[in-house]
Amino acid sequence: MPTGSLMSALPAQVFAPREATSATPLLEAIGLGRRFRGLAAVDNVSIDVCVGEIHAVIGTNGAGKSTLINMLSGELAPSAGSVRFGGNDVTRWSQPRRARAGLGRSYQRTTIFAEFSVLENCRLTAQASEPGPWRIWERAANDTRAIAVAMRALAAAGLDGDAGRIASTLSHGAKRQLEIAMCLATAPRALLLDEPLAGMGAEETGRMLALLASLKETHAILLVEHDMDAVFKVADRITVMVNGQVIASDVPEQIRSDRAVREAYLGDGH
Amino acid sequence: MASDDGADDLRSDAAAGTRADVGALPDIGRREAGGWLVPAAAALAFAALPLVVSPYAQDLIVRIAIYAIFALSLELLVGATGLVSLGHAAFLGIGAYVTVLASGDSGASLALLVPLAMAAAAGYAIVVGALSLRTRGVYFIMVTLAFAQMAYFVVHDTKAGGGSDGIFLYAKPTLAIGAQTLLDLGQRLPFYYTVVAVLVLTYAFIALLLGSRFGHALAGIRVNEQRMRAAGFSTTPYKLAAFTIAGALAGLAGLLLAVKDGAVNPELLSWHESGAVLLMLIFGGIGSLRGAVLGAICFTLLKELFQSEALLGSLASHWQLTLGLTIIAFVAALPRGLIGIGARLRGVRAARAGAARST
Amino acid sequence: MTTATFLVQCLNAVQYGLLLFLVASGLTLIFGIMGVINLAHGSFYMLGAYLAFALAPWFGDWFLMRLVAGVALAAIFGYLLEWVFFSFLYERDHLQQVLLTYALILVFEELRSLAVGNDVHGVAAPAWLAGGFHLGGLMEYPWYRVFASAACLVVALALYAVVNRTRLGMMIRAGASNRDMVRGLGVDIRRLYRIVFAGGVALAALAGMIAAPLSSVYPGMGSSVLIICFVVVVIGGIGSITGALVASLLVGFVDTFGKVFFAEWSGVGVYVLMAIVLVWRPEGLMKRGF
Repeated sequence: MPTGSLMSALPAQVFAPREATSATPLLEAIGLGRRFRGLAAVDNVSIDVCVGEIHAVIGTNGAGKSTLINMLSGELAPSAGSVRFGGNDVTRWSQPRRARAGLGRSYQRTTIFAEFSVLENCRLTAQASEPGPWRIWERAANDTRAIAVAMRALAAAGLDGDAGRIASTLSHGAKRQLEIAMCLATAPRALLLDEPLAGMGAEETGRMLALLASLKETHAILLVEHDMDAVFKVADRITVMVNGQVIASDVPEQIRSDRAVREAYLGDGH
Repeated sequence: MASDDGADDLRSDAAAGTRADVGALPDIGRREAGGWLVPAAAALAFAALPLVVSPYAQDLIVRIAIYAIFALSLELLVGATGLVSLGHAAFLGIGAYVTVLASGDSGASLALLVPLAMAAAAGYAIVVGALSLRTRGVYFIMVTLAFAQMAYFVVHDTKAGGGSDGIFLYAKPTLAIGAQTLLDLGQRLPFYYTVVAVLVLTYAFIALLLGSRFGHALAGIRVNEQRMRAAGFSTTPYKLAAFTIAGALAGLAGLLLAVKDGAVNPELLSWHESGAVLLMLIFGGIGSLRGAVLGAICFTLLKELFQSEALLGSLASHWQLTLGLTIIAFVAALPRGLIGIGARLRGVRAARAGAARST
Repeated sequence: MTTATFLVQCLNAVQYGLLLFLVASGLTLIFGIMGVINLAHGSFYMLGAYLAFALAPWFGDWFLMRLVAGVALAAIFGYLLEWVFFSFLYERDHLQQVLLTYALILVFEELRSLAVGNDVHGVAAPAWLAGGFHLGGLMEYPWYRVFASAACLVVALALYAVVNRTRLGMMIRAGASNRDMVRGLGVDIRRLYRIVFAGGVALAALAGMIAAPLSSVYPGMGSSVLIICFVVVVIGGIGSITGALVASLLVGFVDTFGKVFFAEWSGVGVYVLMAIVLVWRPEGLMKRGF
């Protein structure tokens, strides 16, 4: 699989049809909090992501990163605080509604449709916001628009050569890339990526990072990750969470030298 | 799983358990052996049978065909969308009861009864569906059963419902334009062909549905609902639509059953009936329209066999035992049903992994 | 409605609810721990009732002994049944579990028919529980019903004690929240399942034995109780014993007073209750847990 295809510049308008300003944040969480039976999993977290940046969130297990992402995506209702996306208050919006508005997410556990082909996986997600699902005389398999979008997404992820393969036969790394491709096929403006590098070897990690770098220009990316090397290589900003709270949020160099962070997280080893 | 306490492990376990093994409906791109030819040939066979078989056998075939329609309607729910309903008989029964009640003393036109029966069943389906779909997995199974039982009590206990003896259909429906009768379901052959035609149309309709974007969305919901929601599909309206369509089609089967039997009774809504139609699906093979029809044929014949004194003598009175043991053996040994055997023999899985077509 | 009548209906509601609780707690335990949906659970209730009938000539008026013997037999039966049948259901999906246990109902019904026939039988309450106490005016509330409620309450407390205070209970609760972890800790999960299943069967059978003098013994009694139990479990939340208790009592009241006020339509009342709970709190009244 040639890595060159990932590095080639894609026209900026392919996946981000709307304006790509990075002045105002596209996605923000303001004072988000979530309690479970008295225990605060997330406490007063504010975070924002702009188009053109990769904002990484790191923290030990139990720091509340999953809860945070679930509140941003709409899968979990916050106990406090609000979420804004694209200028709208989306705190009360369901996940599908946020996804249709351009907020995509990938999962830590691969959630592809294993029994369908690679192309079908992306074509299905591409059909999510298509109007008129009641037009049952139209064959889904002949949906040229969706197929084109799906192929572009697969190309971006470097999987266009595998379009006909059944998804379950892909390697682990390729499945994770398919996960991203499925997300891209919905034409998102912002991406919530939950440990996309989980379980990947060095070469696959490199490919994924290159993909993220290419996407960053036209998207706002929030990245939750455990792989520290990768995070410091690719992130523009890093937020560190411990016990549900943000203890630091800055550019990588500052984070690296931040004493509180070192004590709480980096210093102890992981 | 590094999950939140809020994610109910038990419920997601339950949901996964119902969803994952239900089997892949060969709708997304992959064709069953023989494509359209096999169902078409079967339809022709059905149509030709009255020429060669006795009226008693024709009666049995009509019964089988009606149950095949019933099974197909449930396949849309179980096989395509992955929603296991244990209360589908309610819609069959509602369609049947509405038919009898609306026919009154002098009968009614099919032009009235068909939309009425289907609308009544669909109406109950929307309400039950909206409530049941607030639950998942095992809860969904239990709630659908409970709502069917509710309908059962209405027809069994109340005067309006006719009580435990049921109600007779005094005049079978006809279809007429002015004074000219086009179709009289009271006649054996017209009724036979009407039922076969409805079966073919139902099969074709569901097949069409499954190949559309709506059908593919249902398949996606079955395989991984979370991913569908993350992509932007509002999954509940899709599931509710499938539930309602399935209910309406079951209501249509109910209408035909009421006409065939000339009467209705509360047992049509019993959970034994709901269990039977699920058994038909699993016998034939979940995830296959042909399987649904095959399962209806197989199950009905099996029940006839076990209850036949002519063939089994005194053992026939203990048919619950023989049927029960057979079901256990069958489900334990062949969870993918009869279609599954065919698939295994043809090495379909090997063919799929190798050269899968993309559209 | 006079106060006395109202009181009688309340007592009836509580008694019905508590009996339901016994059956439902078995169902919810079995599903909560082993993840198996068991349509044949009602058959265990029926088993208990028929045991009460069958053991009557052997024990005469030694009613408590009869209960103990019946429960012991049921527990042994449950233990064996888990071993030869249910242990194979754990890996299967819910649809298969539904159909396999449905087939089991058919088998049980037929075996019962072969063993004791299809007649309706009465079971007499023991002599020392005959009669009742006066409740004002001409109303008399049967001692047996008081006994039934008391017995169920005692069992409920015992269940609570076992689940919350014993090592077995701790393993049960742990198994309910995290099956694999419990296995990893070296607990013999198969024996645990067998014990839990036997317990569930025993609870249902006990309920049937206690109910026998009240509702007589007839073929369809298993199915009617089962579906109501499903409603109880949906309302109370799967895996929650407290939920099952609250829900059972709710159902008891709705059903009893429904019969008083709504006659023909009373059968529907319980399901309307379920519908309301679904609209308001689809995950069940109690949050998951014991």
